Amino acid sequence: MPGDHARMLEAARGERLWPRAPLWMVALGAAGSVLLLAYPFIFKASFSHHMMILILLYALMAQSWNVVAGFSGQISLGHAIFFGIGAYSSTVLFAKYGLTPWAGLLVGMLLSALAAVAIGVPTLRLRGHYFAIATLLIGSSVQIVFQRWDWVGAASGLYVPIDRTSPWFYLQFHTSKVPYYYLALAAAAAGYLLVWKLRRSRFGFRLQALRDEPEAAASLGIAIARHKVLAFMISAAMMSVAGTFYGQYVLVLDPERLFSVEISILVLLMTVLGGSGTLWGPALGAAVLVPLSEYSRIWFGGTGRTIDLIIYGILILLVCMWRPSGILSLFEERIRRRAGVTP
Amino acid sequence: MSLLLDVQGVTKRYGGLTANADITFDVNEGEIVGIIGPNGAGKSTLFDLITGFQPLDAGRVLLGGRDITGLRPDRISRLGVARTFQKLKPFPDLTVTENVIVGALAHTADMRTARDQALEQLAFVDLLEKRNNFARELSTGQRKRLELARALAMSPRLILMDEVTGGVDQRTISGLIDLVLALKTRGLTIVTIEHNMQVIMRLADRILALHAGRRIAFGVPEEVRREPAVVDAYLGTVPDAA
Repeated sequence: MPGDHARMLEAARGERLWPRAPLWMVALGAAGSVLLLAYPFIFKASFSHHMMILILLYALMAQSWNVVAGFSGQISLGHAIFFGIGAYSSTVLFAKYGLTPWAGLLVGMLLSALAAVAIGVPTLRLRGHYFAIATLLIGSSVQIVFQRWDWVGAASGLYVPIDRTSPWFYLQFHTSKVPYYYLALAAAAAGYLLVWKLRRSRFGFRLQALRDEPEAAASLGIAIARHKVLAFMISAAMMSVAGTFYGQYVLVLDPERLFSVEISILVLLMTVLGGSGTLWGPALGAAVLVPLSEYSRIWFGGTGRTIDLIIYGILILLVCMWRPSGILSLFEERIRRRAGVTP
Repeated sequence: MSLLLDVQGVTKRYGGLTANADITFDVNEGEIVGIIGPNGAGKSTLFDLITGFQPLDAGRVLLGGRDITGLRPDRISRLGVARTFQKLKPFPDLTVTENVIVGALAHTADMRTARDQALEQLAFVDLLEKRNNFARELSTGQRKRLELARALAMSPRLILMDEVTGGVDQRTISGLIDLVLALKTRGLTIVTIEHNMQVIMRLADRILALHAGRRIAFGVPEEVRREPAVVDAYLGTVPDAA
């Protein structure tokens, strides 16, 4: 018996720490990457570029929400705050001080992370739904502040001043959407790479532990509040990046839209639909919901706004009934069971 | 033998109910101290006070001479105090190995080191075969062993175990007892809450008996077993040590 044990332990130690992905997954990933890189040249219509830019930005935003909700278990209903901060940071710095939006991107991330600390420190130590309620209300308050704040254009918002001298430096492309596409792709890829690393790190494991059993996590030496706040900061900075790129893409900042509850809810719906706490769930959710929203707007005109919400509702209902942990969990569980550790 | 845990006059009230009234006991390094008492005697509350999960109303808790009263649970844990829970708390959506990795990450940031240590602990509690299962798929007895492995992976100085043998069948119990004894030979200091009198008589060096939130006896097993208050608390049905 002891010999058996020793042999089994030896065998287990010999296993890879992160099991190799199965061949079909590698193939799928490679095909997906090639498709994403070649996309603007396969689909040449401006509208298909627009659609994909939105999908990529929303995939990043949903992933940002996933970091807080999927990994640390805190439901944020105010993520639009950081989206707005990202867009406003770069635009204000460019419009008023002529600073490149690349600097604004970093400033936005920093401000968003600071806002996350200000919101998170008092609310994240509370159990239950306080965090959700607080973020919802703070989200609305921030929107009202921006709608009244004259320095940033109040309710009429801001325009990004047009500059045609140096597109990459000023992040403005007036002849084609393709550069925006690659920027959005790069931003999304960076976000997903970060979360992929996160899931395999000590911090990621600790987040998942405190999400499921906070007391057990504390008994293992995990400082719950500090970890939650840090996750919220990372998430806020990611959301801010999407905000900056979105602002540069549409070139018009409307506080009504940027800080809307709709955006906060949308990133939630995408993540829950695709599978919260998974790596690819948020992207899957974005790929389903963005086209749904865009097409319903085209087909139903202005009234499409409500039609897409009805469809979202039905989708969420179906997911809750059929697979509460999201579409992706169907596959992920199988992979993990076979392979050992998180893919 | 040097003193590791020193609990001095610990008191906890919930409104009118006194869950722990002025409880004093101590644990020497390398010792197994058992805590017994009927349901509602205040055993799990006492664990919560020692490990910082509940604030206490009076008294002090010293660990190796250092006052840890009022520290947060994670701080106390990082000082080398591990615990298991009566109501089991495995991380359900992590695999068995990943559960134990979280424990090992208490003292290393390197995932490979953590994984290897996790596997060692899983081998120790005989759960290696289940390593790639999700924790939620385990039986109660397996979950108990998983919690034990996870706590041990922190390399604690002191472990508080809340009813390791509760709710599992007789065969599993003897396996768990062997585990606890093996831990003792490794030099770990153990405080264990136990309902099963035969088990505790075999395991413990000293026993703390609680009743209605009060300490009714503290001493070596034979002494405690003969204590009239203890016999009373168990309605005179204390079984002979087998």
